[in-house]
Amino acid sequence: MVKEKTRLLRGGLQKVPTGIAGLDEITNGGLPKGRPTLVCGGAGSGKTLLGMEFLVRGAIQFNEPGVFMSFEESAEELTKNVASLGFDLNRLTASKRLLVDYVHIERSEIEETGEYDLEGLFIRLGNAIDSIGAKRVVLDTIESLFAGLPNPSILRAELRRLFRWLKKKSMTAIITGERGENALTRHGLEEYVSDCVILLDHRVANQISTRRLRVVKYRGSIHGTNEFPFLIDERGITVMPITSLGLKHTVTSQRISTGIPRLDTMLGGKGYFRGSTILVSGTAGTGKTSIAAHFVDAACRRGERSVFFAFEESPSQIIRNMRSIGIDLQQWVEKGLLRFCAERPTVYGLEAHLASMEKIIDLFKPKVVIVDPVTNLSSVASETDVKAMLIRLLDQMKSNQTTALFTTLTGASGSLELTEVGTSSLTDTWLLLRDIEIGGERNRGMYILKSRGMAHSNQIREFLLTDKGVDLIDVYVGPSGMLTGSARISQEKQERDIELAHQQEIERRKLNVETKCKALEAQIASLHAQFQAEEQELKKLIGQEKMRQRSASQLREKIASIREEDKNSKRRNR
Amino acid sequence: MKQKKVKDSTKSFERVLGKPLKNKYVLRLYVTGMTPKSTQAIQNIKKICDEELHGRCDLEVIDIYQRPVLARGEQIIATPTLIKKLPLPLRRFIGDMSDTERIVLGLDLRRKK
Repeated sequence: MVKEKTRLLRGGLQKVPTGIAGLDEITNGGLPKGRPTLVCGGAGSGKTLLGMEFLVRGAIQFNEPGVFMSFEESAEELTKNVASLGFDLNRLTASKRLLVDYVHIERSEIEETGEYDLEGLFIRLGNAIDSIGAKRVVLDTIESLFAGLPNPSILRAELRRLFRWLKKKSMTAIITGERGENALTRHGLEEYVSDCVILLDHRVANQISTRRLRVVKYRGSIHGTNEFPFLIDERGITVMPITSLGLKHTVTSQRISTGIPRLDTMLGGKGYFRGSTILVSGTAGTGKTSIAAHFVDAACRRGERSVFFAFEESPSQIIRNMRSIGIDLQQWVEKGLLRFCAERPTVYGLEAHLASMEKIIDLFKPKVVIVDPVTNLSSVASETDVKAMLIRLLDQMKSNQTTALFTTLTGASGSLELTEVGTSSLTDTWLLLRDIEIGGERNRGMYILKSRGMAHSNQIREFLLTDKGVDLIDVYVGPSGMLTGSARISQEKQERDIELAHQQEIERRKLNVETKCKALEAQIASLHAQFQAEEQELKKLIGQEKMRQRSASQLREKIASIREEDKNSKRRNR
Repeated sequence: MKQKKVKDSTKSFERVLGKPLKNKYVLRLYVTGMTPKSTQAIQNIKKICDEELHGRCDLEVIDIYQRPVLARGEQIIATPTLIKKLPLPLRRFIGDMSDTERIVLGLDLRRKK
């Protein structure tokens, strides 16, 4: 890609890629080809290393041999010093891709006896260049000639001649210079080397040192003008241009579980978006790490790799603590799915943290990354720096579709919705954990402050840490307000009691009615019996009456039969 | 090598005792071709050898254009450079050797006077 850029700029200034991570991005392709570049900075700012990496990368990556002319360190010292950065100078020297020439000047041995020139240096350099066909040259630090040789006016003239000569030989050169009091370099080298000037700086703020790089000038080319933090680690120099990554990442609509079923439900039933950024904020002890652990556990269960950056607790402490809520992270560590990276934030500067995190993410290629807590980083840098670093880290992760979960600690006094490092605008899903103080109790509550691109619950849930993990339950919302914890439990009990009472009342009434019914029935039965009795009596009376009538008629007949003539008389009357 | 060292120390011992100097000067002059500075330096140093050392000197003139590797080995930066190899201590003179006084002092030739 860098090579393409060089080709694209054919019409303008040709550039030579340095191969140093980030520097080619800032300089838009590298250093000016065939011209000297001045790298200046104070002691220990990394000048020598920048020069050496320029040569080593040139030799290895771009097949451009280089000559390193050292005025301060011997070849053996240099070899040892840069071996820690993974550069094997002996191998490169043996294969004639690199030549280290140590120029040693002992001021006490030297007497000036008239006019002189630096032709000796020219011959040495020329010979070194020709012997390996070098394209790159580093002079480190040529200013020590001023200390070693008398007559600065001759030196100045000769140096000017040297840089012209290097240009004529079309060597891409780095000349290092010690930072001066009021000028860029102590001896005003910037007067001679003015095509490209890079300033290195090593600053200490709040006991944390940060290296910074700035391209002061670059003739005939656009370049990043900001100060860029850089660091030196076992991969060499890494410059971190925060602006280099844009908002161009593609997104997926795939959803992944949070590891807490109820939380999934709250997030539209499916969980977080893959590749999104989740922020879990809350005051101390609200269970941020537990939510993170759940998420990691769920990811590992799916067979995805996760990295847990811990800035507060050691890995074994996290594993032990999470075991108490029923999450076994140890098994994932053993299976190689989970990696813990625990470091105190103050161990090194922010850039070093960022670089080490990026490196681990690069190597391990996790799908889920946890940073717990991100606020601890602000102890080593200013908020804007932390934010810038997070932007960069998030951009990197988003472009890889890695889901990131950050926890932040919010101060008890401050507003809950104001995260310390201002990360809120960077996140896609924001879970807020908070303490709810009711009735002399502290209970945990959780709600979703925002979740971009998905329907989510607006309810506060009570957040319980049980031995089977995080449990979310509905908080009691009733006429007397929101209740949690034992207040909720007692309220629930009260409600249950009332309900029980109601039920008992119904039972009682039912029984009452039943007895009434029975009483009524008994009454009916007795009435019935009475009625029957009366009826019986009536029948008896009727029977008696009939009997009496019959006996009366019998009597009459008897009387009539006795009185026989009555019948005859009757007949006679007819 | 060892023998040489023994000899050297004896000589310096003798010198300390104030006995007449019989030691030879070993001088190397590194020049760059036939530039005016180079020729000037050669002429000047030859004169010093003749007048002050009376031939007690082993002077070798080396053109580093011809032998660039030597420039590296001898740590030559500035030219012309005169290196006094012997007697010790090693000393370098840079320039066109026009400052005779300085050279004579630097070669420890005037100490006794």
